[in-house]
Amino acid sequence: MLITLLPQRKQIEIGGRRRVADLLRHLGLLPGTVMVIRGDALVTDDEVIENDDTIEIRNVISGGS
Amino acid sequence: MKCKRCRAKAEVQVRHHNAAFCRPCFILVFQRQVQRSIEKHRMFTAQEEILVAVSGGKDSLALWDALIELGYRTTGLHLALGIGEYSHVSTTKTVDFAHRRHLRLITVDLEAQGLAVPTLARFTKRPACATCGTTKRHEFDRMAFENGFKVLATGHNLDDEAARLLGNVLHWQVHYLAKQSPVLESTHERLARKVKPLYRVTEYETAVYAFFRGIDYVVDECPNSVGATQLMYKDTLNRLEAVMPGTKLTFVRDFLTSGQPAFSAAADGAPQSCDACGMPSFGTLCSYCRLRREVETKQLMWQPPRAASDGR
Repeated sequence: MLITLLPQRKQIEIGGRRRVADLLRHLGLLPGTVMVIRGDALVTDDEVIENDDTIEIRNVISGGS
Repeated sequence: MKCKRCRAKAEVQVRHHNAAFCRPCFILVFQRQVQRSIEKHRMFTAQEEILVAVSGGKDSLALWDALIELGYRTTGLHLALGIGEYSHVSTTKTVDFAHRRHLRLITVDLEAQGLAVPTLARFTKRPACATCGTTKRHEFDRMAFENGFKVLATGHNLDDEAARLLGNVLHWQVHYLAKQSPVLESTHERLARKVKPLYRVTEYETAVYAFFRGIDYVVDECPNSVGATQLMYKDTLNRLEAVMPGTKLTFVRDFLTSGQPAFSAAADGAPQSCDACGMPSFGTLCSYCRLRREVETKQLMWQPPRAASDGR
């Protein structure tokens, strides 16, 4: 699967199929801090990302002072 | 995973409510939550015109969108902060949002006034976030007053409020704890009531709402926020939230009901008026006018470095 991380604009490739929850754990990302987007829809933690899927993982945490 | 309301396939999980929703139901639930906060804290009525501070980020644009959908009368207020490309993109997205929806937007261009955030930080040697905060507070208050608004709404969400609360508790900032609230009533003839209608929805929920509503917001982070203390507090709270969903909501909600009244005695009294601009101040000059004067003085004293070929 091809993953685009935003806002870093970084692309990574991971082999195989994985549940979203497992994928986030693998990437060291906490639930509720990113949106996982496939096409024009969000995917929930229990869904499976297939080997040939392209997804976007978008950070939702922002902060200033 | 099924939607809690309609049993269709869910597209989003809301862990702290132990629920999942499809897109239309989530939008409805989000807007209802915002409406409940407005009513519970008597933030404003449908008859009042609301000035909404909009940065171009997900929270403020989601707030503006939700208020419009709920039928409130709004005007946007955007500050062009002059933080390079980040600010240019932020202003473009805010202007586009307002234009597409035929909304009134007031824009204050700080760079055109020679008071961009990097300029303030460079001449005063203060952190950019500190000068940005002072500028925003002053300009929000000033624009609300000069344009006759009695209510100013900001997009602060549950994560912002929980992080701020954690910071205030860790340093026992009793004056700040005394006034941390979803509603700050006016304490000066030139101050609008300040309200935070998103204070009960998480940052994740506002991002999801913005995504579902097709809002084109700034995804990039402000370049000055790298290493910001607030981000460390948010990370700490999100680690707790991951193992104990609902921690952030309980922390903020129970502070407001049980903790905050204990600090009310520490609240500052009513402010005086700034001798220079007439806006609220606890000294002869308000913090913004002090900042501005310092910059103007140092700009006058500043000499450009001599060119290497000067020969003298």
